Amino acid sequence: AAVPSQVVPGADPSARQLCFAWGPAEVLVCETLFGRRGGSPSRGERGPGRGVLPGVLTGCVAGTGEGGPSSSRLFVVRKDQDIYIQTLRKLFNESHGIFIGLQRSEEELAGKSRKAQLVQVSKNYRSVIRACMEDMHQAAISARDPALHSQYSTQVSILSAMELIWNLCEILFVEAAAAGPLLLRLLDWVRLHVCDVDNMVREVLSSENPSKHELFWNVVDVFVLQGRMDEARHLLSKEASANPTSVNMYKILDDLMKKMPVPSLGNTQTLTEMELKWQHWHEECQRYLQDGTFASNSHMESICKILLGDEDAILEKKELMTTWYHFLVTRLLYSHPTVKPMELRMDLFLGGEGSPEPLDTILMAAFEFEMHQVIKECSVALSNWWFVAHLTDLLDHCKLLQSHNLYFGSNMREFLLLEYASGLFSHHSLWQLGVDYFDHCPEYGRVYLELHIERIPLNTEQKALKVLRICEQRQMHEQVRSICKIMAMKALRNNRLGSALSWSIRAKDAAFATLISDRFLKDYCERGCFSDLDLIDNLGPSMLLSDRLTFLGKYREFHRLYGEKRFSEAAKLLLMLMTAHIAPCSFWMTLLTDALPLLEQKEVIFSAEQTYELMRCLEDLTAGKSDTEKFQDDDVESMKVEMLRLALARNLARVIVKEGTLEGS
Amino acid sequence: AMEDVCAKFVSQKISKTRWRPLPAAALQPPDLFATGSWDNEDNRISIWSVGDLGNAGLSGEYQVEPQLLCDIKHNGDVMDMQFLDQERIVVASSTGTVTVFRHHQNNQTLSANQRWEKAHYHVDQDTCCGGAACTGVICNNPEIVTVGEDGRINLFRADQKDAVRTIDNADSSTLHAVTFLRTTEILTVNSIGQLKIWDLRQQRNEPSQIFSLTGDRVPLHCVDRHPNQQHIVATGGQDGMLSIWDIRQGTMPVSLLNAHEAEMWEVHFHPSNPDHLFTCSEDGSLWHWDASTDVSEKPSFLHQGGRSTTYFSHNTINQSVVSAWLSNDPTKDRMEITNLIPNQTLSVNSLDILGPCLVYGTDAEAIYVNRQLFA
Repeated sequence: AAVPSQVVPGADPSARQLCFAWGPAEVLVCETLFGRRGGSPSRGERGPGRGVLPGVLTGCVAGTGEGGPSSSRLFVVRKDQDIYIQTLRKLFNESHGIFIGLQRSEEELAGKSRKAQLVQVSKNYRSVIRACMEDMHQAAISARDPALHSQYSTQVSILSAMELIWNLCEILFVEAAAAGPLLLRLLDWVRLHVCDVDNMVREVLSSENPSKHELFWNVVDVFVLQGRMDEARHLLSKEASANPTSVNMYKILDDLMKKMPVPSLGNTQTLTEMELKWQHWHEECQRYLQDGTFASNSHMESICKILLGDEDAILEKKELMTTWYHFLVTRLLYSHPTVKPMELRMDLFLGGEGSPEPLDTILMAAFEFEMHQVIKECSVALSNWWFVAHLTDLLDHCKLLQSHNLYFGSNMREFLLLEYASGLFSHHSLWQLGVDYFDHCPEYGRVYLELHIERIPLNTEQKALKVLRICEQRQMHEQVRSICKIMAMKALRNNRLGSALSWSIRAKDAAFATLISDRFLKDYCERGCFSDLDLIDNLGPSMLLSDRLTFLGKYREFHRLYGEKRFSEAAKLLLMLMTAHIAPCSFWMTLLTDALPLLEQKEVIFSAEQTYELMRCLEDLTAGKSDTEKFQDDDVESMKVEMLRLALARNLARVIVKEGTLEGS
Repeated sequence: AMEDVCAKFVSQKISKTRWRPLPAAALQPPDLFATGSWDNEDNRISIWSVGDLGNAGLSGEYQVEPQLLCDIKHNGDVMDMQFLDQERIVVASSTGTVTVFRHHQNNQTLSANQRWEKAHYHVDQDTCCGGAACTGVICNNPEIVTVGEDGRINLFRADQKDAVRTIDNADSSTLHAVTFLRTTEILTVNSIGQLKIWDLRQQRNEPSQIFSLTGDRVPLHCVDRHPNQQHIVATGGQDGMLSIWDIRQGTMPVSLLNAHEAEMWEVHFHPSNPDHLFTCSEDGSLWHWDASTDVSEKPSFLHQGGRSTTYFSHNTINQSVVSAWLSNDPTKDRMEITNLIPNQTLSVNSLDILGPCLVYGTDAEAIYVNRQLFA
């Protein structure tokens, strides 16, 4: 397949290479000549190819670019232009629900009910398109700004074309009805979408005397061309009563129209039966035409010719059909009503001139059962990925696309879903919808999600929690860790140590918990009291996450015990913090200093053994320091050490006396 | 029944939905609600009408789509929203600002009536950035209490420019929600699973009581108090668990009820029939918890607007309701739980109930109204 291409406006032809870079939100930027010359396109001006090619260079000029020495303008390119249309958000959201429903639907359902289910899904998608079209139409009507009005009107026609294509695909591929019913479906399709004549019909029918209206016969023709026999006969009966002289002629035509065999929706008649009836009726029409029954009335004669499938007679009414596909269906109706889907191609020819419009090419491809061609042409013609992604997914669920593999990526369904979901992720608000689409891309969905989810800006904790939930549900541990780390860093920057700690506990990020614990301890050393006691006192099992956090919790417990005057418990805990190496060495001096008031208590608290251990801790601490360090230590430090030694010695003396007394007694 | 639910896609993710309160003597069901959006480039406060019900209950035609009456731009995500009275709405923003909007019913417009810029902030209130999200607001006209990610509690009066009282560093973790316990006392829940009572009369910057979950301290996201029995409090957690607390006793919840599969964003007792409780969650579900003891005693909600008098007229029933939420008898199978959303996809961020009417909003950019909740 050829890669669609477009000339970048403003590219410098003298530059040896054009440099591109992906910016935030899937914005592709490149350097251009804009701004170096005057009169560059202003912000928001449409590129020439806008609305034609998705996924390629459509976009607008952004950036200020005025003044500066290298004021090259940026030409910003968006992957999926339609994602940013406000009114279409309804389409994206509502179809998301249908998409999820389809993925969850039961594949096991047997043939017929499965097909009915898929047809229903297709209809649901279409009704969303129609609802959106209605909203857009209302918006167009109420828009005062002419530019806005035309923008909405364009959207209405795009949505209308999307619905037209989808409906045809539904009839031909999803429902894939048998010959007879297929024709009825196609007639419905034509009636629904060829609306140009509706006004005329309405005008004639609402006039005082329809049969005297100058467009009367046009309306009868419209009904006949669309196979609306009952309505045509009803109109004709009015004309007949006004012309008593030719009442017989009307009666015969009415009879022919009444007798026209109609393919039944049920299985009540076989194809051969239908063919037989048709042949019989055809011959009867032929007879009346040849014996000149309608010779006196050219209108009725031409209707009879249409009934006979006369191509020239049908083509004479070209203006009433407005489109080639109407002509195609009409011709099918009268020349070969039992056509099987595969035979349709035989009848395909065009009445139009010049190169076909994209819509014609797409519909033709559909009539030729070239499903891949339909998808390809739609990808090129529409400015969104929504349509092809959802249609392809539906066709894939109909098991119609299985044989086709791409030479890149996994398969077409997944490729298109990935494109669409990436577009959603580039939107500041619709990203949440994208997650579920990635979930249903078995090959690359996970990787895409991982890469996209990390780029969601987290401006509140609530949003972070939502993103986190998405990651946790999918066991994306790496992303969970990174989100929590971002949030913990933010909290830390804002001096919210408590919040920072809860984020690192959630991520089970031991290193970061250690970092925060150190901040708490530093704060304590500086201020002499703990902040965030409500948190530290309630660490619970999460205390075990990091050694430093354990120390923080235990150290705070020591303070609580001391505050509650439970001195011996406090002393035991304090000693344990050092001997079990829970406390970092840098903190030992603080701990030993904390022991001072306990050593000075009236009552002896540390046992002889405990005192020896304290002494060893002190000696370890001082011995561990190099001479240079010792030299640099100020007097305060050495005084502290001396005070401690003294206190320990005095305590030892007291305890030996006490323990000796106890043993002796 | 689901067919009574009317949906409207509104092209913005809805973070809050609130019914306008009814006048004291009103007999009609509510007909107006407000919504707030989040995560948009351009967030909005909108007022919606669900139309005149006319001959309610006779026609059976409830499919009146909500109509937008007016809206106004809001700076930042709408984090919480409460009606102060019939006309004024207090809105908490992710920027830390608290705004009072007035709904002018004569010409259907909204205007900002009063604003406390950066009521919640990190480090320094005067710097250009540094606002901290205001996560919760509760009103008891004219008093307004707000809490935020900065762990701060503010008490405002609607008619005063400056905060009446501010408790800096009230909580070292994020405060997620607040509600009034009594006129001078408030309840807050935080991100380390604690429920705290604050007495605003006391000058001490400490809570008067702390309750907490045991084990893993799962963050609590929402709180509501039983409208008649003020000691009964319901909270919802990050794990989707519903906790019922009796604040007269103990420091732990009376019962923990397994509920949603993800964050419970809101919990509401039915204001006039509090044996009915409603919860909504990030997992896209909305649950109706029915603890009424006798199914045949179910009251009719059709003709009542304000507080129910019919249901509590019998003392015996009143007694059984007292125990309905506090009983932690595992054999009790009286609690009837219904998920009101069958095909859930994206988060249900907010719900509100008043009389027979329920309104809720989702991340799938839709608002839903059910006007026959108990039909």
